[in-house]
Amino acid sequence: MDLNTKFTPQNWPEHAEQATMEGKNKFVGFWIFLSCEVVLFASLFATYLALKDSGPAGMDLAKYSTKALYELPLAFAMTMILLTSSLTSVYAMYHMKNFNFKGVQTWMGITVILGLCFLGLEIYEFYHYVHAGFGYRHSAFSSAFFTLVGTHGLHVIIGLVWISCLIFRNMKRGLNLYNAPKYFVASLYWHFIDVVWVFIFTVVYLMGVLG
Amino acid sequence: MAHDTHFEARSQVQQEYYRKENAAKMRSQVTQFAIMILLTLVAFASAVADFAPNFVKPFVLLLAGVQVVQQLYAFMHMEDKKAYHIGVISFFMWGGALIAFTFFLCFLTIIWW
Repeated sequence: MDLNTKFTPQNWPEHAEQATMEGKNKFVGFWIFLSCEVVLFASLFATYLALKDSGPAGMDLAKYSTKALYELPLAFAMTMILLTSSLTSVYAMYHMKNFNFKGVQTWMGITVILGLCFLGLEIYEFYHYVHAGFGYRHSAFSSAFFTLVGTHGLHVIIGLVWISCLIFRNMKRGLNLYNAPKYFVASLYWHFIDVVWVFIFTVVYLMGVLG
Repeated sequence: MAHDTHFEARSQVQQEYYRKENAAKMRSQVTQFAIMILLTLVAFASAVADFAPNFVKPFVLLLAGVQVVQQLYAFMHMEDKKAYHIGVISFFMWGGALIAFTFFLCFLTIIWW
């Protein structure tokens, strides 16, 4: 069967993303990639936990500690935005199952908008810290913090560029077995970004304000 | 790439059933999402409330663990036993989690500053 075969809602396969050998391989390969990402983020989390609140002798902990720096309302807003964007990408996959390409594009578009809002808040947060004197080279604590949260932010940027490219490149193509796996793995990636964030808001922000 | 797979069209009745089934699955996903939001609210509230940090820290970690399992199994469909090579996927993901655990163990116990 040709990858560009036209489908109807009646003959669209239930698991379109795994209907071709290429789709199956992408599916498993991408999950294995995600398991490697688990290890990458684990190393950054462990480094952060080992180095938090540490820095050069005489570092002002009243000003530059997890307790003094983090603001929960901002972290809460970011968490809600990212969790919601996870649901919107689930909606996109729901419409993919029903062969509703417009639905897929719309919900993926909403996911991108929410992702951009999240990214905006993260940039604001970093800007705020740097202006408060807490730059990347300030201390072991600051570099561990920016590397961990920044790597997550980089993943958000990659996800946004990726999903935007999918939306624009497939605008006129419609849904077929060529792009169904592409949309599916992009949504998996977006969920994974959320998985990492769940640990970031817990380990960095919530446990941070507790000292 | 050529494929031998043939896709049979669903009858009207089958199609209606298929759509209803998908809608029911989507409703359960929304329920999962509501639980995630609730757990997040509980986590933030317990950090703000004046509880002992030694109690709150393991509690919010537990909530995070529940949320991650929800993401993996509900949103990312690791619960789908018929998915292609799901055993390999589970093996790699849980293997990754095990390696992750050793990192935490190492960085928080053996290394000191």
